[in-house]
Amino acid sequence: MSAPLLEIKSVGKRFGGFVALEAINLDVARGERLGLIGPNGSGKSTLVNCICGTLNNETGTVHFEGRALDGLPANQRTHLGLARSFQLPRPFTSLSVADNLRIPLIYAVRRRSQLILSPQELERRSLELLAMVGLEAKARRSPRDLSQVEMRKLELVRAMAAEPKLLIADEVMAGLSHSEVEDIIQLLLQLNGQGISIILIEHIMRAVMSFSQRIAVLVSGRKIADGKPDEVVNNPSVVSAYLGQ
Amino acid sequence: MRSWLFFFVALAVGALIFAIALLIRSDYLFFAGYVVLQFVVLATAWNILGGYCGYVNFGSAAFFAIGVYTSVALAKLGANPGRYLPEFLATGLKPLLPLPILAMQFFAGLIAGLIGLGMGYLTLRLRGVFFAIATLAMAVVLQTLIINWDFVGGARGAYIVRPASIALGPISIGYIEYLFLIMLVLAVVALTVARLIERSRLGYGFATIRDDELAAEACGVPTLRLKLIATTISGAFMGMAGAPFPYYIGYVEPAATFGLPYAVNSIAMPMIGGTTSWPGPLLGAVLLGSLQQIATVTISSAVNLLIVGVLLVGFVVIAPKGILGLIEDWRHARGKP
Amino acid sequence: MGLPIELIINAAVAGLLLGGFYAAVTIGISISFGMLDVVNIAHPAFIILGSYLAYLLNLTFGLDPILAALVMLPAFYALGQVVYQVYYLSFERRGQDALRGLAFFFGLLFITEVMLILLFGVDYRYVEASYIGPTWRLGFVDLPLRMLVPCVVSLLLVAALQLLLTRSFVGRAIMAVAQDPLALQLMAANPIRIKRMAFALSVATTSLAGAFLIIIQPVEPSVGREYIGRVFAICVLGGMGSLPGTVIASMLLGVVESFTATFYGPSWAPAVAFGFLLLTLAVRPAGILGR
Repeated sequence: MSAPLLEIKSVGKRFGGFVALEAINLDVARGERLGLIGPNGSGKSTLVNCICGTLNNETGTVHFEGRALDGLPANQRTHLGLARSFQLPRPFTSLSVADNLRIPLIYAVRRRSQLILSPQELERRSLELLAMVGLEAKARRSPRDLSQVEMRKLELVRAMAAEPKLLIADEVMAGLSHSEVEDIIQLLLQLNGQGISIILIEHIMRAVMSFSQRIAVLVSGRKIADGKPDEVVNNPSVVSAYLGQ
Repeated sequence: MRSWLFFFVALAVGALIFAIALLIRSDYLFFAGYVVLQFVVLATAWNILGGYCGYVNFGSAAFFAIGVYTSVALAKLGANPGRYLPEFLATGLKPLLPLPILAMQFFAGLIAGLIGLGMGYLTLRLRGVFFAIATLAMAVVLQTLIINWDFVGGARGAYIVRPASIALGPISIGYIEYLFLIMLVLAVVALTVARLIERSRLGYGFATIRDDELAAEACGVPTLRLKLIATTISGAFMGMAGAPFPYYIGYVEPAATFGLPYAVNSIAMPMIGGTTSWPGPLLGAVLLGSLQQIATVTISSAVNLLIVGVLLVGFVVIAPKGILGLIEDWRHARGKP
Repeated sequence: MGLPIELIINAAVAGLLLGGFYAAVTIGISISFGMLDVVNIAHPAFIILGSYLAYLLNLTFGLDPILAALVMLPAFYALGQVVYQVYYLSFERRGQDALRGLAFFFGLLFITEVMLILLFGVDYRYVEASYIGPTWRLGFVDLPLRMLVPCVVSLLLVAALQLLLTRSFVGRAIMAVAQDPLALQLMAANPIRIKRMAFALSVATTSLAGAFLIIIQPVEPSVGREYIGRVFAICVLGGMGSLPGTVIASMLLGVVESFTATFYGPSWAPAVAFGFLLLTLAVRPAGILGR
């Protein structure tokens, strides 16, 4: 069994007196589809922030491809191959929708592959990415003109533009219709087919169930379950803490 | 329009302005014009860090003063090299001294840029708020240092003699006209650089820092490096704007040089004119600068400052995107049904 | 080697007295910046305003400056409410507006300073009170009353505020809103109203701080600028919103400045505060990395 892509060991984070994360152990293998679920406030986004460097974990370590990430700023982690979407969309409002995608294309992709992409190539790739989520018609518009749902799609596709090895999708499906959820799942499966590991954070259980090879459950900052979807869903502590609600 | 074309067009406009001013033959015009041009440079420089990146620098006076006192120090050194330098250095440099203003400007820009880089390195990793506060504190500290440094006159101040005229090749023009010309060229350079940055990848990077720094980092933008670049360029231009000042005014002393007017104007002019693009600081500087020149003569200078402060607060509260923003919104409203 | 022990102890005591005063100056920032995350750069300007008002009341009615400050408390509280209301209405969102918020307060700082120059000129002003001249002596230790009285009253002020924050409903609501505005909304209390009260409280403290300042030293309009670096350095070092932390950090800064003044000369004092600021920024990342 090859070494995991992402290794989270004993990671802890507190805000003043509040313990957001406690002794989290989690591994993600290459090409794996991991679902991360838990009630609101359980620490899922905090964990994502610690993995990606937006926050610094106080205890424990995070390793990506065997390399320790502690102290590394967020942009360098993105260069290494980590990408995430934000739970509450954070588009660059001074730039057009298409230009939002140019940023990771310029700064993340180029760094890794030492390519300078020509303006035409940048344009082509950003339109291509927008087309994957049906936003190509709004390429020249301001992100402020997008609906909440469209902004989440932009978040997802902006994370994809960084050509990551591990993509963390934080509640991208909120507010989507049944068929839109299907589309996103297909898109993510397609990415996974290219070898990209995916951590899916969602409340929409059927999406998580159908998509994930493995599910981890976070409750009150602790991981209470980690295993195959069927096992986790039938785990009594998971049911009482989260699913039974 | 490509940047070099813009540069030459702007230079041509500047030459025209200079020619007209020469024809009108008013000394006052050159004096007042110098101040307005100086503010164009300061406002544009401030905006590179403040408007493009969103990091507020309250210490513009400090960078300006670095330029001022670099000139003073070099002038004093040039007047009497034997006294301050070791023998061989003094004799070796003698033909070069006293340094021409342009050389002083170069050194001023270099030193101010380095100090901007250093200060940025210490404080830019933290939230923008702390950078802003640090710039304010730095201004106070620098003032303290200058007050205690007798070589440049300390608290008593320093006198710099302004030559009557200068020979530019075959022509000889008055010194004040020469200073005006220098500042005009500097303004053109500053505007060209600002415009160049705006349209480049660097400018995109700056915009992401301003819009959402956390998201920018998540997208791989090297935010610290970009902010350091902005701080260095901004500081350097402010220093260069300060370099000719001792010759313009004849007597410099710390209280006035570090005075709040420079800090407030550097912020007020871009915020009133518009912070997102290069015409904003230009507009703000020309409008506000001219207004102040007129007001200082007609009302007192303190009331004049009060007006600037009130305008700043007014615009920040009511029209945050400045005059440019108001124009844009008006056009937007008319354009779309 | 003979380091004069008496000199050292006196410098230390002077530093502690100064630190007590700095606590009063900073306590408002601990509330507005430490707890509410509002960067009120105009805070020192309000302090100078307080100094001048105390001066006026002292000059016209012979009122003791501290009493004058207490009389002015409601006015300053009201001022704080107005300022916060404008701030809140104009800059609700974050991000780009952080720049505008900063510019807003800077504009206020500037306007206040210029108005004071217009009204009072740039001459130094000072107050008269019975405790400004004399100095108590405990053995070889000098305790100038003009430093001791403000220090003591300042510490009382901090203690009173701490009691208010930890025991009263309003106080605990303020601390709650500092940590979690959402939770406060769930408690059916209006977070904006609470924040406004807290900010108004922070501005009210400047009335007293201003009185202390003009007791300790003569004042002219630009004196406030020296304090910007100091207050934010103390606030950060003291742990942002912690009042006891603020007092300790104030004392620390006071002592360091005192030693610097004693052994290197008083004109270097502002540089000390800046060094302090840089040090705290470098060493104490909690709460200031925003992470």
